[in-house]
Amino acid sequence: MAGIGGAETTGKKVGWGLLNAVVVIYALFPVLWIVSLSFKSSKTLADGNFIPREWSLENYKNIFSTTEFTRALINSIGIALIATAIAVVFGTMAAYAIARLDFPGKNLLVGVSLLIAMFPQVSLVSPLFEIERSLGLFDTWPGLILPYITFALPLAIYTLSAFFREIPWELEKAAKMDGATPGQAFRRVIAPLAAPGVFTTAILVFIFCWNDFLFAISLTSTEQSRTVPVALSFFTGSSQFEDPAGSIAAAAVVITIPIILFVLFFQRRIVAGLTSGAVKG
Amino acid sequence: MAEIVLDKVSKRYPDGALAVQEVDLEIADGEFVILVGPSGCGKSTTLNMIAGLEDITEGELRIGGQRVNEKAPKDRDIAMVFQSYALYPHMTVKENMAFPLRLAKVDNATVERKVREAAEILDLSQHLDRKPSNLSGGQRQRVAMGRAIVRSPKAFLMDEPLSNLDAKLRVQMRTSVSRLQKQLGTTTVYVTHDQTEAMTLGDRVVVMRGGVVQQIGAPQFLYDHPANLFVAGFIGSPSMNFVPATLENGSLRSVLGDCTLTDRVRQLLEGADAPREVIMGIRPEHFEDAALLDASALASGGRFTSQVDVLESMGSDKYAYFTLTGEQAASAELQELAADAGSDDVPGDGISLVTRLSSASGAVEGASADIWFDTDKVQLFDPSTGRNLTYTER
Ligand SMILES: Nc1ncnc2c1ncn2[C@@H]1O[C@H](COP(=O)(O)OP(=O)(O)O)[C@@H](O)[C@H]1O
Ligand SMILES: [Mg+2]
Repeated sequence: MAGIGGAETTGKKVGWGLLNAVVVIYALFPVLWIVSLSFKSSKTLADGNFIPREWSLENYKNIFSTTEFTRALINSIGIALIATAIAVVFGTMAAYAIARLDFPGKNLLVGVSLLIAMFPQVSLVSPLFEIERSLGLFDTWPGLILPYITFALPLAIYTLSAFFREIPWELEKAAKMDGATPGQAFRRVIAPLAAPGVFTTAILVFIFCWNDFLFAISLTSTEQSRTVPVALSFFTGSSQFEDPAGSIAAAAVVITIPIILFVLFFQRRIVAGLTSGAVKG
Repeated sequence: MAEIVLDKVSKRYPDGALAVQEVDLEIADGEFVILVGPSGCGKSTTLNMIAGLEDITEGELRIGGQRVNEKAPKDRDIAMVFQSYALYPHMTVKENMAFPLRLAKVDNATVERKVREAAEILDLSQHLDRKPSNLSGGQRQRVAMGRAIVRSPKAFLMDEPLSNLDAKLRVQMRTSVSRLQKQLGTTTVYVTHDQTEAMTLGDRVVVMRGGVVQQIGAPQFLYDHPANLFVAGFIGSPSMNFVPATLENGSLRSVLGDCTLTDRVRQLLEGADAPREVIMGIRPEHFEDAALLDASALASGGRFTSQVDVLESMGSDKYAYFTLTGEQAASAELQELAADAGSDDVPGDGISLVTRLSSASGAVEGASADIWFDTDKVQLFDPSTGRNLTYTER
């Protein structure tokens, strides 16, 4: 790559730079708009200025002043983390089995799990509502965690088995020959190599759970388990005539932060091409 | 260190394929044994059964006198070098080599010392902190060897460890593998499909075909006394020439002319219940330019004249290639050998012959040459069974 870079002309570099800038601005503009809105005071909210004329933290103070938002934030974080952890652990085990073992019905299993992922969620909402009502799961954390796992697991299995397939089988044999038990071979050789896949999957699953609106609005009814996307939709101004846009913008900024942290935290571990050098190639 | 005994060991894969059939092999303590054969003949399967990576379907495997059929690889105390090297990419060279010791819960100082020693032997000292992905093929190969030798196992198993190296490095590493094995004196089973490696490395060579052991013996013995057509054709480079021939009261008729069999060969044949139609095998070095020999030598051999197709001068000697008109020797073994060498689809008109003549020979490409061959060195094979009719233990 370095050699190619060196041969590039300045013109080419400028061209690429411009193109990148356009893409970044296009992608980030709505985000910046929300950030800008969130810092505007209620008086200047609708003035259409990109840069707020007077900066204020009013909106942030507002959303944290009631339990409506903070409680939802806790629910969101808790539910998403638990669902992610469970989906990733089970997904890892299932994907490992799928990548390594030949068992009857393997392809069927993969097919069915993909089918679940493709199933229109909206058609499941009413049955789930009825089931959870009768089981007493309605408006509880498990009531959301369970459907999240159902839909996240196929995603996890699918992504992870692609990663596991990349890990040379012989490494495990080598570990066995070096005196490892199957458990040691998995922990010390396979798991470190699968880590990028596990983290990638964790990020995808977390984002899926974090952003879900459909299940969250249908399967919750109170603050007790309402997640942030739903809570946002219930935001109203402090009076009937006040525009809640400022508060919504501030909340939107706040709920983006955990995702960014989550991605940044795990991204350092996602080192591409970690398996290179294992076998001859 | 220990001896390894395979007692009628067979392997049937779950899909029903019989990969290895009743292999009997006794490997002495400290011996260097080579398993050789064309690809798919069951070498890796045999090695994996010794390693414990594949279950043994039937028969018994004993290491150091103990039955180990049911033991996990880690309890057999043997190390393996894989064709792909199978280095752990997330570990440095040092960590790779230390891994078996760490698993064995060896204390830090000992690990440090053993890794250092192994690195010294393998000339890896200055690469200890590098990752496998930054090493050359030869270096990776040495790390794989290092990982095997650090814990001084009972035996080494190597599955085509050099086949991913380029030709020059392979020759170089071949010598160092051989030296290392002598130095450590550890029982070693080495798998290869390359007959040159088999000939140069081992104390004993096991030739396999289709899951069945064809012959076991010292390299020179296999070369001089192949038990059947397959071994004869597989061992040796360039390989033995095969020509269909007819036995007629003491003389042999073929496209190489009629020749009288020597007493030695005739005696061997008498005990062998030979058919009339046979396949005659002669190694390239048993030919000579007739112009270079005196009358008494000429009288004791066969002779033919043919046009030289290609002449390759190697300096020390000359290889002359001929194509004689006639039917090629036909047998299942020879077909399989040709398929393995990739020459089965080369249209073969007539019988091709490779001869090694001394460098003084005046043979010229395109011109006719008068060639003599040593009838005492002729080997005769039964075309239907492939059995060597002139086989002898001496
Ligand atoms: N896991 C397996 N399942 C079924 N058949 C196999 C398996 N591994 C190898 N075989 C078959 O067993 C035979 C011997 O294979 P192998 O021992 O790998 O040969 P070699 O190492 O001599 O090239 C081949 O015919 C191969 O197709
Ligand atoms: Mg093999």
